[in-house]
Amino acid sequence: MIRPFGPNEVLFILTAIQWTLALSAIAFAGGAVGGLLTALARVSANRILSGLALGFIRVFQGTPLLMQLFLVFFGLNIFGYGVNPWVAASLALTLHASAFLGEIWRGCIQAVPQGQSEAAHALGLSYFDRMKSIVLPQAARIAVAPTVGFLVQLIKGTSLASIIGFVELTRAGQIVNNATFDPFKVFGLVALLYFVLCWPLSILAGRMERRFAAASQR
Amino acid sequence: MYQFNFAPVFANFDHLLQGAWVTVQLSFGAMLLGLVVAVLCAAGKTAGPAPLRWLIDAYVELIRNTPFLIQIFFIYFALPVFGLRMTPNVAALVALVVNVGAYATEIIRAGIESIAKGQVEAGFALGLKRHQIFRYIIMKPALRTVYPALTSQFIFLMLTSSVVSAISANDLAAAGNDIQSRTFAAFEVYLVITAMYLLLSLGFSALFSLIQRLAFNYPLSR
Repeated sequence: MIRPFGPNEVLFILTAIQWTLALSAIAFAGGAVGGLLTALARVSANRILSGLALGFIRVFQGTPLLMQLFLVFFGLNIFGYGVNPWVAASLALTLHASAFLGEIWRGCIQAVPQGQSEAAHALGLSYFDRMKSIVLPQAARIAVAPTVGFLVQLIKGTSLASIIGFVELTRAGQIVNNATFDPFKVFGLVALLYFVLCWPLSILAGRMERRFAAASQR
Repeated sequence: MYQFNFAPVFANFDHLLQGAWVTVQLSFGAMLLGLVVAVLCAAGKTAGPAPLRWLIDAYVELIRNTPFLIQIFFIYFALPVFGLRMTPNVAALVALVVNVGAYATEIIRAGIESIAKGQVEAGFALGLKRHQIFRYIIMKPALRTVYPALTSQFIFLMLTSSVVSAISANDLAAAGNDIQSRTFAAFEVYLVITAMYLLLSLGFSALFSLIQRLAFNYPLSR
């Protein structure tokens, strides 16, 4: 039976935004932890550690997010952890975000002049204190704009979780479309909602980038 | 303990290679057509009248701030409502062109804007002809500036193209779905396919940086 595209359908799609946001938040939080570890491993003097981090980044930046989702989804299943789209989507997106944030933040850490770290070393600060008080605070300022930019990519990326059956914004749209056969309105609305989520972040990232560029030119 | 079974994957390996070939064709086709879109849009944005600039801005921002999956659903499911019906492969190509066109517009625009005005004026002052100024003062440095961004955009496009399997275009990811549904060796199939994507992106990255070294390895006076 074909239903008309009415208020109930709109409401169903609107409420699905919370799952897109929840998944984005989980992936970003997990990716922040993983990304920091990856970035630190990547800049460390330990060859094995930095090599492993490089391999991790290359694999996740060189393969489609869709395949990463599939591998985690079916991989969890064969190792006996069931097929739970929540767990699979969160884990896959966290790994994905860790690799990308790791590479972004590596660049930011390396943009902090070497002399800063050397001076801290000369003052007798330990590795932990050097990173915590000298290098990372300076790197964080450089990192804000590209990190916000990546957040847009991550929110868009959560749409792929719909393919493994996670009901977020895109999957909600598909469900409504299957019931109403009104793809123009349904996918138009879904696209608009993603746009409303992502556009302010894009503008913010662009502004911060320009402000930072102007500040570092002085 | 799970028993890995790669036999069905390698029994259907020609199917996978076929899918990989479609992925490469789709990516190159979309990149070339997308560059045409991007050059036109970048020209419109730098030299066109205000309404045209707004229109191009709207296109670029709309595409860059919505997921590719929604874009392809819109093109494949919503456009037929207006009588624009496409086969999955054509819809996939159109969606990829629309998508990469928006990203490449920004890259090309940045390339054009990276040429300082004084450079062109200096060219005129030296008595260079217009086509010489276009070729040596604008195109060569601009191309060198945008080349790395465009090649990484190509890799990104190739990885994004796996999403076209969602409308059953017959690319590499779709070949995987196909074999997976017949053999149930899901993990093994996607493991091999992911490795194939990795080889493709590493291979093309290496090829592009080789071309970069051969073609753009000249000193740039600043």
